[in-house]
Amino acid sequence: MAYTIETHGLTKAFKGHRVLESLDLHVAPGEVFALLGPNGAGKTTTVRILATLESPDGGTARVAGHDVVTQPGKVRERISLTAQEAAVDGVLTGAENLRMMARLRRVPDPRQRAAELLERFDLQDAADRRVATYSGGMRRRLDLALGLVTQPAVIFLDEPSTGLDPRSRLAVWEAVKQLKDEGATILLTTQYLEEADRLADRIAVLNHGRIAAQGTAAELKQRVAGETLELFFADDAQLAQAQRTLRGRPDPDTLSLKVPADGPHDVKRALDALDGVPIDRLELHAPTLDDVFLSLT
Amino acid sequence: MTDSLTFVGRSLRHSVRSVDALLTAILLPVAIMLLFVYVFGGALAPHGRYVDYVVPGIIVLCAGFGSAGTAVAVAQDMTTGVVDRFRTLPISAAAVLTGHVVASVARNALSTLLVLGVALLAGFRPTADPLNWLAAAGLLLALMTAISWLAACFGLLARSIEAANAVTFAAAFIPYLSSAFVPVDTMPAGLRAVATHQPVTPITDTLRALMLDQPAPHALTALAWCAAGIVAGRIGAAYLFRRPRPNG
Repeated sequence: MAYTIETHGLTKAFKGHRVLESLDLHVAPGEVFALLGPNGAGKTTTVRILATLESPDGGTARVAGHDVVTQPGKVRERISLTAQEAAVDGVLTGAENLRMMARLRRVPDPRQRAAELLERFDLQDAADRRVATYSGGMRRRLDLALGLVTQPAVIFLDEPSTGLDPRSRLAVWEAVKQLKDEGATILLTTQYLEEADRLADRIAVLNHGRIAAQGTAAELKQRVAGETLELFFADDAQLAQAQRTLRGRPDPDTLSLKVPADGPHDVKRALDALDGVPIDRLELHAPTLDDVFLSLT
Repeated sequence: MTDSLTFVGRSLRHSVRSVDALLTAILLPVAIMLLFVYVFGGALAPHGRYVDYVVPGIIVLCAGFGSAGTAVAVAQDMTTGVVDRFRTLPISAAAVLTGHVVASVARNALSTLLVLGVALLAGFRPTADPLNWLAAAGLLLALMTAISWLAACFGLLARSIEAANAVTFAAAFIPYLSSAFVPVDTMPAGLRAVATHQPVTPITDTLRALMLDQPAPHALTALAWCAAGIVAGRIGAAYLFRRPRPNG
């Protein structure tokens, strides 16, 4: 199948420090794909290479059917990048920023398009104020709007909600969903598991320039473990007794024992096996992406 | 072409909105002009018309210094994220910089007019006919364009705004080693050789000749220097703009 974003063996080093180690990515048309990883994992470098801002040291990358190194112009016609740092012109007003971008993108009626976007991103009231006076959330919304002056086939969002207040973060998430519904292919990077879980069709966990794991949120969660049964006891003696029969991971501080449990059947078997040791209470934990993240990075 | 116009609009808006930078760019040359004519003028040429000699030199100094300021404007622009957005657009690499250069030439044309006005009040008596004036204006515009493009390269090369500022400051000294303020034959031999062959001398001599209606034997050399500066600066800037920036 033809992927919209495809990389093979992508490598990149800065001053001898290897940032990307043979990265392979395949993103299908219309997919929302999240690169999840800690700071310094290589997320931003990947996005900058795909957006033609950096050249890779080795390997190939194709975006929307064109090689980013040999045909950067073709790639640029089909992408938009919203970088980590808001890419807005602080001296111009919000409306001027949008009109400028619309002219550069050859939109037939820049004024009209700017007005539409100001409304969509709730910036009408600030339209004629210089962007330097905007709040962080407003700058981010304008930044997103600037990337959407035309409908790009591929959208790169580098940590789109880092440093945003909850309201602006929700607005960003709404925008991503809407773009997906309109058919765009979206590659986003994030440090937030919740964000990847909520927005992405597939997630690649990136660590030290390599993909540590890849799949849907559900698949990744499954990789780590099933559910965990946590049993709480009244004292050390009971905890020790329970551990002898069930094994599992005891926690002396909370007087609890964690036992893997895949489904109700396992829970019943564990409780039966306890055979009379009194339980204070029990909790059942579903795996989170946090577990995945911590186990992989 | 359309893109360049869009960026010219952007850079002009930037110029007009940074009021203090604009005032500095326009008033500093006027101050330099007054300094030379009134403070140094009496001592340098007690009986002569030093004002007629020095005004073309000061105009070249101011045009050059103002245009060199493009380095700072470009370096400043490169530190903002918005440039990365421009670099991912399907536009000509030089368009953003064309905006800077045209705005710089516009600012400097304005300040040169002001300097000329003050010079006339201070007793400068040019004898140029309209055709000479036109040629002088053309030469000055070519000079401003050349220095602005070269300065844009330095702005792209500079690691910081401070570094770009230092380059601008250093560039401001180049006219002193030329025929701008004193005739070259008053200088010691080694210095004279440098001063005679550096671009500011034929450019200043030509401007002076045009304004005072004298023969201008170095006009072609002057134009050649400007043309070379424009071509080299324009090509270099386009290359440097696309070059990946360190630690991006």
